[in-house]
Amino acid sequence: MQQVFKKPNALCDVNLHYCPGCTHGIVHRLVAEVLDELGIEGKAIGVAPVGCSVFAYDYWECDMQQAAHGRAPAVATGIKRVHPDKVVFTYQGDGDLASIGTAETVHAAMRGENITIIFINNAIYGMTGGQMAPTSLPGQVTQTSPYGRDPKTQGYPVRMSEMLAQTDGAAYIERVSVDCVKNVNNAKKAIKKAFQTQLDGKGFSLVEVLSTCPTNWGKSPIEALDWLRENMIPYYPLGVKKDKTTEE
Amino acid sequence: MAEKVLVKGNEALAEAAILSGCRHYFGYPITPQTEIAAYMAKRMPKVGGVFLQAESELAAANMVFGAAGAGARALTSSSSPGISLKAEALSYIAGCDLPCVVVNIVRAGPGLGGIQPAQSDYYQATKGHGHGDYQMIVLAPSSVQEIIHLTADAFDLADLYRMPVMIMGDGMLGQMMEPVEFDLGERRKLPEKDWATTGTDMKRKHNIINSLIMNPDDLEACVRARYERYEQIKATEARAEEYMITAYGTTARIVKNAIVELRKKGIKVGLVRPITLWPFPEATYKKYADKVSAILSVEMSMGQMVDDVRLAVNDKVPVHFYGRTGGNIPYPDEIIKAMEEIAGGDK
Ligand SMILES: Cc1ncc(C[n+]2csc(CCOP(=O)(O)OP(=O)(O)O)c2C)c(N)n1
Ligand code: SF4
Repeated sequence: MQQVFKKPNALCDVNLHYCPGCTHGIVHRLVAEVLDELGIEGKAIGVAPVGCSVFAYDYWECDMQQAAHGRAPAVATGIKRVHPDKVVFTYQGDGDLASIGTAETVHAAMRGENITIIFINNAIYGMTGGQMAPTSLPGQVTQTSPYGRDPKTQGYPVRMSEMLAQTDGAAYIERVSVDCVKNVNNAKKAIKKAFQTQLDGKGFSLVEVLSTCPTNWGKSPIEALDWLRENMIPYYPLGVKKDKTTEE
Repeated sequence: MAEKVLVKGNEALAEAAILSGCRHYFGYPITPQTEIAAYMAKRMPKVGGVFLQAESELAAANMVFGAAGAGARALTSSSSPGISLKAEALSYIAGCDLPCVVVNIVRAGPGLGGIQPAQSDYYQATKGHGHGDYQMIVLAPSSVQEIIHLTADAFDLADLYRMPVMIMGDGMLGQMMEPVEFDLGERRKLPEKDWATTGTDMKRKHNIINSLIMNPDDLEACVRARYERYEQIKATEARAEEYMITAYGTTARIVKNAIVELRKKGIKVGLVRPITLWPFPEATYKKYADKVSAILSVEMSMGQMVDDVRLAVNDKVPVHFYGRTGGNIPYPDEIIKAMEEIAGGDK
């Protein structure tokens, strides 16, 4: 019998703890498929963040280290500087990467640190129960913006990919989404290219993945995908923001 | 025998780290420890090592966390305000049972404080840096030569017990030049780092470096196991010199001068100088508690180590305190006066 679908080898054979309909699981799978396809599971070292993906160290078969909230790029820098020939990646949420860890993220990019970051933008703090994130949209209702995010007092959402694209050290930055099959396929291509960028020694690579948090958005999984499409994509345009990979 | 050379305390520390096999240094500038970073910036590229000036002490310490997890002998150094920022990573490093060395060349605090020598971070070093139930070995050199030996010891102790080790000096010790030998002496045999993240090479199960344990019983068991290790360290690693005024680091050197004068005046007094601040050499104090009529703790702080001295002698003998703070250094005649007052009061 022909096998048409299977669990990627780099994904551990365990139950993921994510809520039903949460897109964290899709992105985990994409990362595992890419580790398989590039044949790099054995040389990969991942860094798990603080956020809903805090248990990510139990989900990939490669070596894994935990980081404190926001510090994953610093921890990854430490690992990469010890093992420059290994593939080092972080997997971080938007509170982790774009709020408490902004400095670590920006400076890893500016140093052109040869690591790969998978950045999950779900416009909310998932793990702590749905507070406003730096990426929450204007007007978005969260636990800590109960009247809707008001940019006058609560500031504007940060477009991290565009910001990081300004740094000379960034080699490859793309924003993708996992709201539909076509976009999931594109997301995988981007993740693969990001890891390839590191393998080629080109420098800092980051893929921002627009994701859903049905639980804290107070929506069904389907409604959440619609909300992502209708509200997040217009504010966070998809596409390549920086690509130095073809430069010699 | 190695040749004698004249070096600054901070530079001696950096070179001793390199001689001990440290090839990864992450730091952020702050007075009065900057010579360590400057030395590393020059030397590391020459020995195939990494010097990285991080964006903050937070990042530097978390880079050490990553490098330590990856199996390297990693070092970071700072001074008081910077150590407060490194506290986060120290807690994670301890919680993940990783070895690393962190240097605090203490300056007077609190807040931005001053840049003159102080010992006002004793509480922070021995009782609390980051959050959680954990300890850190703390070594207190009092000469440039001793900085070299204790730096080598720090890396060995960290690897042996899989925990962070702090070397605590002060601005005076860091800046002062003394003739030294770069001879590390016999080193102990250390275990393999088979727990490190080096990539599985598809040859073993993945290594996970982690401090998150959600089940309270499991977390308690893990913490208790760590504290059993601490008991072993307390029993085997605590070190001190034995006399009767007690002081550590730079202050101990000043006390020695005061002791010479006090003896000339007929006051029988000696020095107990803790070399390890944690574990605190309690046994040494216990041994002398019955033999001396008073103990004077001299510190460059408002009195921090004195608490541990009191705990160690458990009220068997009165424990007095004399200290200067703010970056002021206690002079021998101040110490002599304090001791004379105690001795006079005894009569
Ligand atoms: C220093 C520190 N501050 C706060 C927290 C609490 N905390 C845990 S997860 C989290 C937010 C995570 O949100 P995000 O990064 O967006 O990831 P998500 O959960 O949405 O995947 C916070 C604030 C912490 N663990 N450590
Ligand atoms: S809280 Fe949100 S981000 Fe976290 S697992 Fe649930 S749906 Fe996913």
